[in-house]
Formats: sequence, structure tokens, C-alpha cells
Amino acid sequence: MRPALSVILLTTLIGVGQGLFLALYTVQVFDRIGLIQGPANAAFYVCGSALALAFLAGGLGASFFHLGRPERAWRAVTMWRTSWLSREVIVLPAFMGCVFLYGLGHYAGWAQHPLVAGVDATLAIGAIGTVLCVGLFLCTGMIYACLRFLQEWHTPLTVINYLLFGSASGLMLATAYAGVIEPSLVGFLAGWTVAFTLAAFVSRGASLIRNARLKPRSTLQTAIGVKHPRIVQSSQGFLGGSFNTREFFHGATHAFVRSVKWVFLIGVCPVPLALLAAGLAGNARVLLAIAFLVQYAGLLAERWFFFAQANHPQNLYYQRVS
Amino acid sequence: MTQLALVIDLNVCVGCHACVTSCKEWNTSGAAGSLSDDNPYGKDPTGTFLNRVQSFEVGEYPNTQTVHFPKSCLHCEDPPCVPVCPTGASYKRKEDGIVLVDYDKCIGCKYCAWACPYGVREIDEHEHVMKKCTLCVDRIYDPSLPEGERKPACVMACPANARLFGDIHDPDSGVSKAIRDNGGYQLMPEWGTAPANHYLPRHKREMNVRAEDVERVDNPLKVDGRLPKPALKSPSLDDVTSW
Repeated sequence: MRPALSVILLTTLIGVGQGLFLALYTVQVFDRIGLIQGPANAAFYVCGSALALAFLAGGLGASFFHLGRPERAWRAVTMWRTSWLSREVIVLPAFMGCVFLYGLGHYAGWAQHPLVAGVDATLAIGAIGTVLCVGLFLCTGMIYACLRFLQEWHTPLTVINYLLFGSASGLMLATAYAGVIEPSLVGFLAGWTVAFTLAAFVSRGASLIRNARLKPRSTLQTAIGVKHPRIVQSSQGFLGGSFNTREFFHGATHAFVRSVKWVFLIGVCPVPLALLAAGLAGNARVLLAIAFLVQYAGLLAERWFFFAQANHPQNLYYQRVS
Repeated sequence: MTQLALVIDLNVCVGCHACVTSCKEWNTSGAAGSLSDDNPYGKDPTGTFLNRVQSFEVGEYPNTQTVHFPKSCLHCEDPPCVPVCPTGASYKRKEDGIVLVDYDKCIGCKYCAWACPYGVREIDEHEHVMKKCTLCVDRIYDPSLPEGERKPACVMACPANARLFGDIHDPDSGVSKAIRDNGGYQLMPEWGTAPANHYLPRHKREMNVRAEDVERVDNPLKVDGRLPKPALKSPSLDDVTSW
């Protein structure tokens, strides 16, 4: 498949936003239980929610560039019964609304609001937001995992990777953010970041190993229904390009694709974790921010590779110009 | 339940592309708007086509055969492109099984093309909506056309009659008989999409020449023995001289 920049940005940006929200809510829950000393004031949650919302809005904005007819995008909410894409279109704005309310609740002090006396409204909103957040990871992953003949994607690992990478990058941003606004939380958030980054690294590695062993179920023999073992296309039926040759072939060399794989493997885990460790040891905030930027760049490469690696069976029909 | 479909006889198709051009002509002239076509005579021609003819070489030289292979939407009975559509623009008609795109609802997200293993959906780069074979739904029910012409444009155009059109759920239809009698098959059966369009396989044509086809055995002149039997290579005039 040809990796589309709009989709790469959509999936990575909303992943960061979702992970950041999960980080904020985790801090609040742990604070509430009394396991950690929470932030001194609500600004941590308010600015954090705004930051998460900015990432989510950036992703949503990028997604419109993928559409041929963005003015009709509202129609995409109708087929939620069958389409994971439609479900994502519903869950993403709902989650954004929740993040907005979460930030607003902290800003307006809903924790001690007289209308909901005795109940911390922000905790409740956050719980709903967490459900929507995980649901959004599920929708985003299932958009790809549900296509059964794209064998590289048709695995639960796809959903798990989206969940873990999104969370890890959001936690990394939360760590850098805490370094600026609430340094007491850096250690706590860094722990979660390391855990999720390592988990994402392992699960992505597992999917890479799985995909390397895949055997394509479709062959030229099944594609045209001729049993002979040697079939070569002599013409795809047209001289110039078509949608089929542009959308489903990335056009990059094998060596380039392989180098992107190593770039993202190094970029998403070892380098950012080393920067994180250096930042913690040296108490250097700027290193934490660089760690996030490096990991995000690695994630862009990871997503590019994710699309480029998928080998669509339709490519069997488009192998030779004449 | 009706399931309209094409049955394509690979034994007959000569790869002339008449179905491609007639399809383009009919579908670019209809009420749904034109099919995009850029640089048709230029350096890098490109455009939206609902039907393609491809060629494959089967076998090892010198024992090779060229298989011409027309490919358009197969109107799957379980179409994977329909449930993934977020707007419902992609749908399968209950009454005749045709898979269609509502061009007024399509948002051009291309997800249906990703979900089609056959690569038969092509986006229109000018209208920014997904386009595909309609089985000429604007022809086959048109009462203003003579009944014999209520067929898809590609079927009308095929000079070798390699394309048959009909209801594959009706066991007495011509297409059902053709599938039954000639071992019609579906493409990529491994995905369980149950394509409605079928292909009739190529088979070897052998010439059976018997002695009596070459030399008439019941020639009365020869039986009478009134004329000498000429050599096989000598000039002959039927009923005057004999083989």
C-alpha cells in the first residue's frame, strides 16, 4: 500500500492525544487513591487536556485531507453497525468532547461542585473518557485489522500496537510536559512511559516476526483461475498509471523499506528511552522534550512502514505495463 | 432471488479491448457524469475505467499460451467492500444483486478499494468519488431500448461473444448452464467473497480427423468400379472423379 501522509498523521497524532489523556487520568486516579502526591493545582490537568485536545484536533484535521469529498464527511457516522471507520468517526469527536469536559471540569472546579455534591465529576468524566479512549484505539486498529486479505494487518497485534504506541507516545509527552509544569510527577510518568514503550517494542517486534513468516494466500493462480505453476503477466491492460498502480504500490525500493524498519525500531524505543534516562539523571527538561520528538518521528516511520509492508492481493493484477 | 452477473469465456476472449472501450464510452456518457480521462493521447495517459483487459502468459517457452483476462467488478454475493463503507454509499441491491456506489453519498475515503481483493474499484480523480462497474444498470432496465439491447455495453460490444450476461441464481438461465457445462469458476475463492461473475476455463481444442473424413467410403462410383481410383494427390472434382 502507498502510505498516505494524512492517515499517518491522523493515527499518530490522535495516539499522542489519547496517551496524554490516559496519563493525566492515571495521575488523577493514583493521586485520589493516595499512591502518589498529585499536582499542586488544577493547571496541570487543564493545560494537559488542552494539549491533548490540540493533538486530537490536529489528527482530525489531517484526516480530512484523506477524503475526496470532505464536505460530506458528516455522512460517515451512518454505518456504525458494520464499518469500523464509521465507528471511529463517531468515537473520535465523542472522546474529544470528553477531554474538553475533563479539562473544563478541572478548570471550573467540578470536583467540589454543589450540583454533584460528594462526587468528583472530573473522575467520572475521566472514566468515560478512558472507555472512549480505549474504544478509539480499538476502532483505529480494527479499521486495518478487519481487512482479512491484507494479511499483514489481519491480526490482533495491529490493535495492540496502536494501543501501546499511542499510549507510549502520549506518556512520553506527558513526562516532558510534567518536566515543565509539575516536576514532581516526572518520575512517576517516566516509569509508565518506559513500561509502555518497552511493551510496544515487544508487540511490534512480534508483529514483524509474524509478518516475515506470512505466506500470501492469493497467488496469480487463484487470481485468474489458471492452475499452471508458471504464469507471467504480459500486460496489465494500459500503458500509463491508474488508481490501482498509484494507491497500492509504494514505489520505494526494498532497501529503503528495510532501512525505514530499522530507523523506526531504533527511533521508537532505544533512543527515546536513552534520552529519557539522560534527562532524568541530568534533570534536563529539554532532553525529555527531545525524547518525545524523537519517538514521534520514529512513530511516523513506524506508520509509514506499517502501510508500505501491507501487500494488497490486487497487486497481482498489476505487475507489468506491456 | 436474482443475482445478475457476467460469465466470461476465457476460451473465446481474444483480448481486443472492445469491452473496455464500449464500457468507457457508455459510462462516460451517462447521467452519472463522465469518467475521468487525463492525457488520453499524451505521455502519461491515466483515467478511470470500470473494465480492464489484461494478458497473461501461461507456461514455459515454447509451450506457452496467452490468456486474455477481462476484469471488472465481480458483484460478489458477500461483497467485502460494502460493510466497510462508512456512509452507506457502497451497497448491494437486494432485487438483482448488483453492487453499486451512490455517487452522491461517497466521501472518497477509498476504504472500499482497500477492502476489495480484486482491485476493481477506481477513484474518479475529478469527481473524487469511487467508481465501479454497474453492470450497466442504466441500460439493462431501460424500456426505451429494444429488448435485445438491454444488456451491459461490454456484452453488446464483444465480437467473439465471450461475455454472457444473466441471472446465475436461475438454474435455467444461459449463464447458469454455461457455468455448469463448462466448469465455470470464481476468482480468489480463498477469501469467501463468492463473486457472482464467473469465468469459463480455457480448454484444449483437438482436431479429430478420421479416415472417412478425408476419403469418402460410400462413393458409389468407386463401388461400381467403373472409374479407376485416382491417386490421392491427383486433382479431383466431386462426384466426377473419386477420392
